[in-house]
Amino acid sequence: MKRTRENRDRPRGRPRRFVGGLRTRLVVTFVLVALVSAVTATTLAYREARTAVLRRTQDTAVHDLRERTTAVAADFDLPPDQRSLARFAAQVSDGLGARIVVARYRDLAATSDRYADTSGRITAELRAAVRTGDDARFQRVTWRSEPYLVVGMPVTYADGDRRTSGLEVYAITDLRAERDDTAALLASVRAGTVPVVLLAAVLALLAAGTVLRPVRKLGRATRALAGGHLGSRVAVRGHDELADLARTFNETADALQASDAELREQEAKARRFVADVSHELRTPLAAMTMVATVLEEDADQLPPDAARAARTVGAETARLARLVEDLMEISRFDAKAVRLNAAETDLAGTVRASLALRGWTDRVEAHLPEGLRAVVDRRRIDVIVANLVGNALRHGAPPVVVTLAADGAWVTLEVADHGPGLPPEARERVFDRFYKADAARTRGAADAGGQGSGLGTAIALENARLHGGTIDVAGAAEGAEGAGRGAVFTLRLPLRRADEEDEGEAAE
Amino acid sequence: MAHVLLIEDDVSVRDGMELVLRRHGYGVDTAATGEEALALLAGEHGARVELAVLDLMLPGMDGFEVCRRIRARSATLPVIMLTARGDDADIVTGLEAGADDYVVKPVTAPVLKARIRAALRRAEPSARQEPDTDLAGLVIDRAGLTVTRNGVPVPLPPTELRLLLELSASPGRVLSREQLLESVWDHGFLGDSRLVDAAVGRLRAKIEHVPSKPRFIQTVRGFGYRFGPL
Repeated sequence: MKRTRENRDRPRGRPRRFVGGLRTRLVVTFVLVALVSAVTATTLAYREARTAVLRRTQDTAVHDLRERTTAVAADFDLPPDQRSLARFAAQVSDGLGARIVVARYRDLAATSDRYADTSGRITAELRAAVRTGDDARFQRVTWRSEPYLVVGMPVTYADGDRRTSGLEVYAITDLRAERDDTAALLASVRAGTVPVVLLAAVLALLAAGTVLRPVRKLGRATRALAGGHLGSRVAVRGHDELADLARTFNETADALQASDAELREQEAKARRFVADVSHELRTPLAAMTMVATVLEEDADQLPPDAARAARTVGAETARLARLVEDLMEISRFDAKAVRLNAAETDLAGTVRASLALRGWTDRVEAHLPEGLRAVVDRRRIDVIVANLVGNALRHGAPPVVVTLAADGAWVTLEVADHGPGLPPEARERVFDRFYKADAARTRGAADAGGQGSGLGTAIALENARLHGGTIDVAGAAEGAEGAGRGAVFTLRLPLRRADEEDEGEAAE
Repeated sequence: MAHVLLIEDDVSVRDGMELVLRRHGYGVDTAATGEEALALLAGEHGARVELAVLDLMLPGMDGFEVCRRIRARSATLPVIMLTARGDDADIVTGLEAGADDYVVKPVTAPVLKARIRAALRRAEPSARQEPDTDLAGLVIDRAGLTVTRNGVPVPLPPTELRLLLELSASPGRVLSREQLLESVWDHGFLGDSRLVDAAVGRLRAKIEHVPSKPRFIQTVRGFGYRFGPL
């Protein structure tokens, strides 16, 4: 049995896009949204938390200092000397835990911790604010890259007018613990961001999946449709936009299938009509062909006019028979009802037989190397040869040269004449049906003197294509070798051998 | 001259063929339907018919069926099919039904006459010089032109008999389809090789012990057929 040479157009999957694809865009978007949300929320929360912590610390520091100072200052005599001022600072500091307390009076200053360097932490700004104000002031400073809170307050007399006594107390609170707290907060938030982003990416992938799966199905269905599978449809699920799209696709495919079916119907009708007409013509033609022979045989005994008429009837009947034959053949090709009846064949012998059958052996210069064998349908090759050589003999000028050659995986048969060649516009249309240049076509009939049917070259080309080959036409070839040649028709056939092809056996 | 039966429903085609054949000395009987043709063959004049030209497109019983019935009645009457289309399916089916040859309408008078002559030549007994074949129960008597398998006579239509004689004349030698078309059918180089394939198929069905695993007539892919060796 024959191997079908059909090329099923399988809808092929396309490579999945990673860059610029919907999936990537969705993931990037999701991750960005998650990041922005996380960062914004974290920043706000962090600021709130940090402010709250610091405020609590400040309030506590101010409150403690005021309490302690009030308690200690009650038994304190002004003006102080350096010793009493130092004792004062130490007493205030004792009730405040581990804070450094500095007491100042005019030019005197005393520190609860004599080794502590306080001048860097108590700024002139703060001191000015304390000296001119009548309430506690505080300032956060960074000293040796550590944070401190410095609270300062003037000591006022307890009686009604709240005069400042000139005594100032400063307490330096270490803020490292608070800083560490807020830093820990920030670190934990930062640690939380990575899972959030990952989760966002996963969610994005899931979302992309729910969007992409129907889209991909739709894409596959569309490609199948484009590949000629008009029955391709997609399942419609849900009521979202994608379902709408799927529904629209299905409706479009329905419409396409319907119009395609209609077109095919019309085409089939037209083909059947041509075939039927040709068929109907064959019966009267069969009768005419028979009796025309009788007329031609007896023409010599007829009066001259009747003899001419009889011969004309004979010739035209033969021409009509050829035309009908060609119409049938073309409609068979159109209906794809042709089968290649191929077997391994000696090509040189086939070409020689074609020429001999039509009495062209002496009119054609043939270069036919022996030993070229290929799987072809001999009858169809004969039709091609008859057509190309017949054309060359009728429309070109001698010598007509037929050259058979092998060319790798191909075998070529070149038919060249030495006439004027074909003008470019004729070259393009020479294979059209019923194309009448001055180069009317011939179906290689035994009497090549008659007019062709106008379908010969079209049939020759169809026959070549049926073998998986082509026929090309060129004008006058350039160069020394082929200078002066007219039209050159080249048949190219794939050089298949019998072992590559099951041979058609009659069914048993 | 030989006597031909024309089976054709179209009156003009039938008359045209009859006219041409009579002019060239053939005796002609005509039938417009298959039933009519079979009745004629069964009748008193049936025996004088030496060849049938059979149109495939007939009203009532179609040509394939008529061909099969002619074959069932007479194994040796040559049948040439007249097909109104060169469609492959028709030709193959017709050949399987037992036709010896086919021509496509419209057929010219010279072609029709040549085919009829060739078919009749195949039917003429022509004793061959080669020795008889006696192989695995298959006996081919070239003088008597008879074939027996396991002692049972196998009646063969002329084309199949000629094909068998041609193949068995040179056992072990491969004959191409073209050679066989020329020597058995008298067709030129461009004859239809399916004629050979169909005749080989019919022949195998009659002489091979297992037609699907032929021993006598072997296919040589890409070249043709070979008789034996077993």
